[in-house]
Amino acid sequence: MVQIAGAISLINRFPALAGIDLTVNEGEIVLLRGPNGAGKTTLLRLCAGLAPLNDGKAEILGHDLSDRGQRRHLRRQTGLLAHNTFLYDHLTVEENLTFWAKANRIDTSTVDPVLDRLALSNRLRHVKVASLSAGQRRRTSLAVLVIRRPRLWLLDEPHAGLDVNGRDFVDGLVNHAVAFGATVMFASHDYGRAVGIATRTVVIAGGQVQDADAGGDHGPHDGDEPSDLSDTDLEETSRGA
Amino acid sequence: MVHDIWLMASKDLKVEFVSRVVASQIVPFGLLILILFGLGLSPDLVVVGDERRSVLEEVAPGLFWIAVLLSALMALGRAFAIEAEDGNLDALRMAGMDPMGVFLGKSLAVAAQLLVLEVILGLGAFVLFGVPLANPVLLVMTALFATVCITLAGTLYASLAAGSTSRDTLVPLLVLPVLAPVLLGATLATRDALFADPGVLGWSWALLLVVFALLYLGLGMLAFGPILEDA
Repeated sequence: MVQIAGAISLINRFPALAGIDLTVNEGEIVLLRGPNGAGKTTLLRLCAGLAPLNDGKAEILGHDLSDRGQRRHLRRQTGLLAHNTFLYDHLTVEENLTFWAKANRIDTSTVDPVLDRLALSNRLRHVKVASLSAGQRRRTSLAVLVIRRPRLWLLDEPHAGLDVNGRDFVDGLVNHAVAFGATVMFASHDYGRAVGIATRTVVIAGGQVQDADAGGDHGPHDGDEPSDLSDTDLEETSRGA
Repeated sequence: MVHDIWLMASKDLKVEFVSRVVASQIVPFGLLILILFGLGLSPDLVVVGDERRSVLEEVAPGLFWIAVLLSALMALGRAFAIEAEDGNLDALRMAGMDPMGVFLGKSLAVAAQLLVLEVILGLGAFVLFGVPLANPVLLVMTALFATVCITLAGTLYASLAAGSTSRDTLVPLLVLPVLAPVLLGATLATRDALFADPGVLGWSWALLLVVFALLYLGLGMLAFGPILEDA
């Protein structure tokens, strides 16, 4: 699913990834831990086909990142929740979701159910994104991710800016995605919560993997399904089902 | 590709319709340029061939296109600012949109805004400078061809600056030199459309604009994909 060997990624000439090695198997939920500037975000962007691979080897979902064409194909199969929310401030929540559904060649009939699932369907759907709170923006960004139904979920601080219910929902979303064949890599400073949903913790520092299986009290995830989401929700969550 | 062109153009026009940046900032900026030129230049008469014209009439075609160009810079900067603000260029790349569709879609949206701007500035120029109109067809065609040139070249070069934190200052530096030949051709074609001066081959200059438009289109088709890839 993810095979990275000696990967170097330069961001403005700085080696944000300095020869990183990492293997992630299908269905894993991998927590990336490390201090600020460790390279977690760059690793997630590399896996999304966005950060450059300047040296080393990286094969994500069977796509060789050194090949520009394969990198383009990879991007369509990954979903990145980043610090940026990838939303247009002047468009409403619904208009943003509709635009991104169309941009991804996804049937716009999926927009309404996703709005419902993420509690964006009532008053908020017609609100401009510029008027949303940070948490609401994050939820809208998550909604776009759910619409895209990626095989590989790459989440950078997915719990940031969300209230307790929102964080619980993210955890449920991750578990459902994995239950239907997706793989998840995420970075989080909310260790107590993150370790509860991760199947493995990888420690990163200085652009390299320090510990590929740091242990911790990882919760069980194989096929677990939170009870607050329906089977229809499950089908919409994962492309790999 | 047609799907992506339409999607991009309609989205950009919708953002503009909501934010009203063209209406509230770019059009007033263009009009202000025309007015300042009018205040700054002498109303003295000059002799051109057998005719006597005011300086303002004489330089009106050039002033008009300079006002359009400077206003276009704002529209072009704005077109990519909305993609850069929240990292949306990354999302466009992840969506797998056709780079040509993005390029032509953004160009189409900017062109639509520029045409509205040109109509308003054109009316302003007629009112402020009192110019005649000898050949309306040539004027309209010149405006269309020049607009296509400005939007294609402008979109391409503005995209180069999209990922830069200093894009606001980079866009004019990159775009204006490239559009200098367009300014020349559009000014001379417009001069012929207004005055029908003997010796000025307006249609030849207008056709030269078509050549430039094709050139910029070809350049955009070749370069925009790699630019978007590395943005």
